[in-house]
Amino acid sequence: MRRLVYLLPVIIVLGMAAFFYRGLHINPSIIPPVLVNKPAPPTDLPGLPGHKGLKTADLMGHVSVVDVFGSWCFACAEEHPTLVAISKTDVVPIYGIDWADKPADAIAWLKRHGNPYARIGMDPSPARTVVAWGVTGAPESFIIDRHGIIRYKRIGPITPDIWLHTMLPIVRELQQ
Amino acid sequence: MKRILLLAVLLLFHFVTPAWAVDPDEKLKNPALELRAERLGDGLRCLVCQGESIEQSNAGLAKDIRVIVRQRIMEGETNAQIKRYLVSRYGDFILLDPPFQDRTLVLWLGPFALLLVGLLGAGGYLRRRSRSPTPPTPLTAEEKRRLDGVMRQGGA
Repeated sequence: MRRLVYLLPVIIVLGMAAFFYRGLHINPSIIPPVLVNKPAPPTDLPGLPGHKGLKTADLMGHVSVVDVFGSWCFACAEEHPTLVAISKTDVVPIYGIDWADKPADAIAWLKRHGNPYARIGMDPSPARTVVAWGVTGAPESFIIDRHGIIRYKRIGPITPDIWLHTMLPIVRELQQ
Repeated sequence: MKRILLLAVLLLFHFVTPAWAVDPDEKLKNPALELRAERLGDGLRCLVCQGESIEQSNAGLAKDIRVIVRQRIMEGETNAQIKRYLVSRYGDFILLDPPFQDRTLVLWLGPFALLLVGLLGAGGYLRRRSRSPTPPTPLTAEEKRRLDGVMRQGGA
């Protein structure tokens, strides 16, 4: 019993060390999403000139991917070729939310990188819709089921690997 | 000359005030409501820079949330309603003060539990140390005789 009392501080320190060590490997920019399995937030965005806008009703009746991007966003350019490739497979429509962009900048950016989006809603600053979707940075993407419920959230660029092994299986399952 | 220069440089610091990220054009006209917005914003985490409040941060998202907080104040929402809205979008993480709930019990009560363990340990130690030692058993007749002999010889 006496020995146990002397061991107690050691056990406490080891426990705290294990806790802090785990903390070293957590990516703080990935905030646990709270909107997964909740309805997509009310959305009514005007279209980027020359494109269809995005409304909540547009998300009903089919599975879709909603992607938040901006021409100012470096990682979006990195993700873009993957989105263009996905859009060519015709598996699922990708809808864009263009965050805090000037229309001319966005149009030039899409001309340069290609347009994978079936609809593009503009959300200029202060981006109430982007905040309603709980977005912390671009790019972020969501998989929406046919009832307009968010089923998956991706923080950061979609890579071919993430698409093929994580997101595409979810899309296929929701489409069944 | 050098000293005057040094003094002048030091005096310049007199004019330095903390730099806030808020643009003058974001501010509400009503000073009372603006103060409310700033107090509320001081408790909201910038989700991009994370160590800063949205009032201090230059990030685009922080600016957007500052403006949204002010819009919602103008729409007549209470602080609690605005906080509840942002928590429903971003989770408790957006609050710089973690709320007291079952998940944060260890966070809030842990230090007090450790203090209690320390106090109990220290109390036990002090009590043991101050307890008078058990009186020695009286000398036997033989021991007394030997001691008297030693004392008489003046040692050794």
